[in-house]
Amino acid sequence: MKLAFDIALRFLKSSKGQTILIVLGIAIGVSVQIFIGSLITGLQKSLVDKTVGSAPQITVAPQEDGDFILDAQAEIKTIKAANPAEIKSLVAVTQGPAILKTPDQSTTIILRGFEWDDAQGIYKIADRLVKGNLGTNKNEVVIGKDLSENLNVKIDDTLEMITPTGKTGEFLVTGYFDLQVKSLNESWILTNTDTAQTFLETGDGVSQIEMQVNDVFVADEVAMDVEKRLNDETLIVTNWKEENAALLSGLSGQTASSLMIQFFVLISVVLGIASVLAISVVQKSRQIGILKAMGMQNPKASLVFLFQGFLLGILGAFVGIALGIGLSWSFATLVTNPDGTSLVPFYIDWFFIGISAGIAIIASTLAALIPAIRVSKLDPMEVIKNG
Amino acid sequence: MDNFVVEVKGVSKVYGKTIKTVALHELNLGFKTGSFNAIIGESGSGKSTLLNIIGTLDRPTKGEVIINGVSTRNMSKGRLADLRNETLGFVFQFHYLLPEFTAMENVLMPYRVAHGKADKESQKRAREILNLVGLEKVENNLATNMSGGQQQRTAIARALMNQPKIILADEPTGNLDSQTTDSIYQLFRKINQELGTTFIIITHDRRVAEKADRIVEILDGRISLDIVK
Ligand SMILES: Nc1ncnc2c1ncn2[C@@H]1O[C@H](COP(=O)(O)OP(=O)(O)OP(=O)(O)O)[C@@H](O)[C@H]1O
Ligand SMILES: [Mg+2]
Repeated sequence: MKLAFDIALRFLKSSKGQTILIVLGIAIGVSVQIFIGSLITGLQKSLVDKTVGSAPQITVAPQEDGDFILDAQAEIKTIKAANPAEIKSLVAVTQGPAILKTPDQSTTIILRGFEWDDAQGIYKIADRLVKGNLGTNKNEVVIGKDLSENLNVKIDDTLEMITPTGKTGEFLVTGYFDLQVKSLNESWILTNTDTAQTFLETGDGVSQIEMQVNDVFVADEVAMDVEKRLNDETLIVTNWKEENAALLSGLSGQTASSLMIQFFVLISVVLGIASVLAISVVQKSRQIGILKAMGMQNPKASLVFLFQGFLLGILGAFVGIALGIGLSWSFATLVTNPDGTSLVPFYIDWFFIGISAGIAIIASTLAALIPAIRVSKLDPMEVIKNG
Repeated sequence: MDNFVVEVKGVSKVYGKTIKTVALHELNLGFKTGSFNAIIGESGSGKSTLLNIIGTLDRPTKGEVIINGVSTRNMSKGRLADLRNETLGFVFQFHYLLPEFTAMENVLMPYRVAHGKADKESQKRAREILNLVGLEKVENNLATNMSGGQQQRTAIARALMNQPKIILADEPTGNLDSQTTDSIYQLFRKINQELGTTFIIITHDRRVAEKADRIVEILDGRISLDIVK
């Protein structure tokens, strides 16, 4: 073992140019894998985060339009118990459409009422409030930034709203929010539960219960747990995955194409190593021949070449990791949006990097298998005869 | 019975399948323990073929080689490799040193093939052998950074490392000047006398052959002359 390793090391050291070339080859392969992998993962993470990071990921609502969930607190307890490890940020929402009237125009909005503290989990409303404060008193509301601009409404102004059933009410604007989605900023008016329940005439009922999960990609499974736990025909459980099928199929297409690229990079790395090591068997045949004449066993002689593949793989993987991280970092730093934030956030997935490096090392060792087999077949007589 | 350390029994060697070249014809030959033997013969007579078969590097077409009283005919490749490592030392016309290693490391190589790591004692031994062949000054030179004579002496030192019972040498001084040749044969003799190592040496040099205990001449794959002094 030790001798085979030492000889492998010495062979690699003695043909430095060749060694550096293969190491670079492997390193470039590994770095491309890491770069593409982290680019795609970073992209997908930020995309998913933008899509559902500040939105409900699972929603429980009555089957029939116009029905309400009467005992929200009890339902919330049941839901939470369905999967305590995953479910978080539960909030009961009372909502309904209304027409907002100003002196010059009227628009349709959605009035959403919840306990501000509960809503902090999903909507981070305290952070999204750009001006004023949250309306905690009866008939106080906060409105979207875009809506306030469209209608020229200011803080402390009074708004008039009409429900579809014709009920009217007057509300005091206490602040603006910016949810970073224009359509929501234009159509949502947020208030406390009490105000919404009174104005929308839901009594003690709420319209739906929203929640998030720790791992967004298992939202569908958690939704199933919730449905089973609730065991209530009148309620319907939806999750973001079924509503964003197009996005998800896009993501999985992306993942598949990235795997393809990585697969071909791997193949070219393996071919490169195998061919260079095959040449090196010819170059080193004198040495191998004499070692065998001296009594080195065939498996040991093969081991010399397997170790070379292994060492090249390790070296290549480490250089490749450094290159790949450098590449990802420069991409994240240099390729930016107009506002200076990176287009794709810098993201290091050590697990993925570990897998790439591991595969490179295993592949390099396996690539050395063919030359190693050739070595074991080499007859010392050939070398000694031909000088 | 004579105590032969190497015995060749009815060994034939035929090269080629369609056009057959018979290199050795049913040879019978025994070498005594501690003897110093020269094999001579004209070019193409079959000397190297015989030596390689004795050294178990090549297999005879017919017959068998007995080393230390044990037939090598049915030994596996691995078993033969161990036998070569423990019992045989080779010196070829070309030195076949590993150019990636120093003189010292090359000399240690047969030991490491057997034991993996070179311990203090083996290193001391390697140094002693290098002194014996007069290479103490260049022991840390890479094999490529030595003169032809030095390289050949390193190869001899390497053959001695595992204290083999038999040293097989195929024109070991073919590429050296007469002065170096003399000193190498003196060295062989010294080792032969001090350690009782058996030597079988192929040589073209009559002068060298005459100093041996026994001269075997090969002609067209047969023994044409066998002189024991
Ligand atoms: N691989 C081979 N294939 C066919 N014939 C061979 C092969 N090796 C050797 N021979 C033949 O066997 C015969 C003996 O060769 P060998 O090398 O033993 O001669 P030698 O006595 O060592 O000669 P030299 O003094 O030139 O080294 C020669 O006729 C040679 O042509
Ligand atoms: Mg010859």
